[in-house]
Amino acid sequence: MVDSKHQWKAWIYLAPAIILLLIFTVWPIINTVRMALLEGYSSLGAAGGKTYEFGFGNFVKVIKYKGFIKCLYNTILLCVLTVPISTLLALLIAVALNSIKPLQKVLQTIFFLPYVTNSIAIGMVFTAMFNIVGSFYGTENEIVITAGIINNIIEFFGGKAINWVNYGSTYAANIAVMVIYIVWNALPFKILVLLGGLQSINKQYYDAAKVDGTSRRRIFTRITVPLLSPMLAYVIITGFIGGFKEYSSIVGIFGEGMGPADDAGRLNTIVGFIYDALPNQQHGRASAAALILFAIIFVVTRINMYVSKKKVHY
Amino acid sequence: MKVVLENLTKIFPSRNKKSNEEVVAVNNFSFTIPDGKLIGLLGPSGCGKSTTLYMISGLQKPSGGKIYFGDDDVTEVSTENRGVGLVFQNYALYPHMTVKQNILFPLQNLKGADKLSKEEMLSRAYEAAKLVQLEELMERKPSELSGGQQQRVAIARALVKMPRVLLLDEPLSNLDARLRLQTREEIRRIQRETKITTVFVTHDQEEAMSISDMIVVMKLGVVQQIGAPQEVYDNPVNLFVAKFLGTPPINVFNGHVKGEKLYIGEDAVLEVKNVPDQEVIVGIRPEGFYLAEDGALSCELSSIEVMGRDVSIVSKNAACTAPVIRSIIDADTPINPAAKTVRYNLRKNKVFIFNKETEERIYFEVN
Repeated sequence: MVDSKHQWKAWIYLAPAIILLLIFTVWPIINTVRMALLEGYSSLGAAGGKTYEFGFGNFVKVIKYKGFIKCLYNTILLCVLTVPISTLLALLIAVALNSIKPLQKVLQTIFFLPYVTNSIAIGMVFTAMFNIVGSFYGTENEIVITAGIINNIIEFFGGKAINWVNYGSTYAANIAVMVIYIVWNALPFKILVLLGGLQSINKQYYDAAKVDGTSRRRIFTRITVPLLSPMLAYVIITGFIGGFKEYSSIVGIFGEGMGPADDAGRLNTIVGFIYDALPNQQHGRASAAALILFAIIFVVTRINMYVSKKKVHY
Repeated sequence: MKVVLENLTKIFPSRNKKSNEEVVAVNNFSFTIPDGKLIGLLGPSGCGKSTTLYMISGLQKPSGGKIYFGDDDVTEVSTENRGVGLVFQNYALYPHMTVKQNILFPLQNLKGADKLSKEEMLSRAYEAAKLVQLEELMERKPSELSGGQQQRVAIARALVKMPRVLLLDEPLSNLDARLRLQTREEIRRIQRETKITTVFVTHDQEEAMSISDMIVVMKLGVVQQIGAPQEVYDNPVNLFVAKFLGTPPINVFNGHVKGEKLYIGEDAVLEVKNVPDQEVIVGIRPEGFYLAEDGALSCELSSIEVMGRDVSIVSKNAACTAPVIRSIIDADTPINPAAKTVRYNLRKNKVFIFNKETEERIYFEVN
């Protein structure tokens, strides 16, 4: 404990951080709640001297809004698909990386590269990879050439080119591309965390298991996974939180239209919904949506924590 | 199951690529461990005792030599097929499993013809738990157990699959002094009851002497002496073994032999028949001294420590390689604490002389 005589010094040292946090974190949170609870709030209107009544109208409006349910659906769908896939893949890759000696550092670096790459840039590359050149106005026979490497590969193996992201593509194809992209983008961080966890597991557990004639599969499920469970819980919880904030990855591939050219907004998410409301001076609606997103993340994280309390061995 | 080690050698390649210096951890170790005996591998750290144990377990592959369990050559057999139970120094209990799950774990690994039913597994697990007196604690996690209890769980886990050989790596080093005493008796009892050939590694000579049927003293990868504890203590083959065994440790003097008489400093302390004149190292066990008015060896008295049953006399002599000599005398012997000097006579069978160069034992007639 700091001597009370000198406490003011401590406060002075903390002041820069506290002042910045108050201005840029604490106040915005309070302000969001305030804006969400004022009917039809717009900061432009407020600046013009307009007053707003207190009420829950913004929340009602958000939920009744046709696009919102779609955004919620997209967000949850992407979350539910990508978090398990990326966690499982990251686990397998981390275990594989941990078990090889040569090239481990090189491969680790390669796997980490997506993490340091701008997600919009990755999105553009993905668009190019999944691209298709040709006309989709008429019949299938009108497809002449495909340009994206993915379609080239599919055709090489005798498959038919798929319209992944272009005009006229299907929702399922769009989601497939998004899942691949998000999983790939999420892998490096997860691999890093899990690899760190793996390397901190005492090697003697594996020696003991070996002496007892444990099969590799059982070593993985009964020893590695339980001993890694704190890391897995961390990766899954942060994965869900990140997943519910999905936005820039979709912009990266589909642009601000949030969908293929013929169906803009098809892949919009909750964060996208919030951003959409801002240029229209719908600050009340955006704030309400943000609070709803917060509530969802809060509930999901509580569920995660509850489950991990039973399954995680610290 | 007897265990035969034949010219067992382990060489670790050098870590440094520039120098080709190899480390010979175990050098040409041959020994037959008799069936059902408890063997202590004893030596200072880095002497290759643990490496030997891990080679028997199969976790490390020998660079040369053979290992037989009974008549089976297991040198090339993988760990899981050797049927060994191994207790690790820090027990390596799976922290996320209860005691019961830990003990059951090796049984659940059994495949094919060896596969057991759930009831059989449980009864075997409880049998093993009973042997180490853990039945009450089956539902606890390892973190909720004391060090001694964890140790017993580790032993139960090693025993439950009825191994052909039980191996213990420094089994007592993580326990406090009192528990150590208790646990070593426990290990002895369990070994007697199960009659499983057991090898354990320790750097603590007292521990090894107290429970082993035989001890193997090692130094820098080379076996120094193998024998029953008392026999090795009474008849060390070289200075290293003599120094390594015994608490308080043996007292070492520089001396010489002249005319079949052993001299320490100027004092002719003992008659040594058939030993040619030479410089020697003399080792005298603490219990090898007894007080006598006209004793042959005179030393400067430093202090007297009363330990109840015995009295320990701390004295000094210029020829002694250590700062003080520690001798143990019967508590009934009258001593004058104010005296400046003490005079000792020596018990012949507690005095060993060693070659000054090779430090090998020079034998002389005791009677």
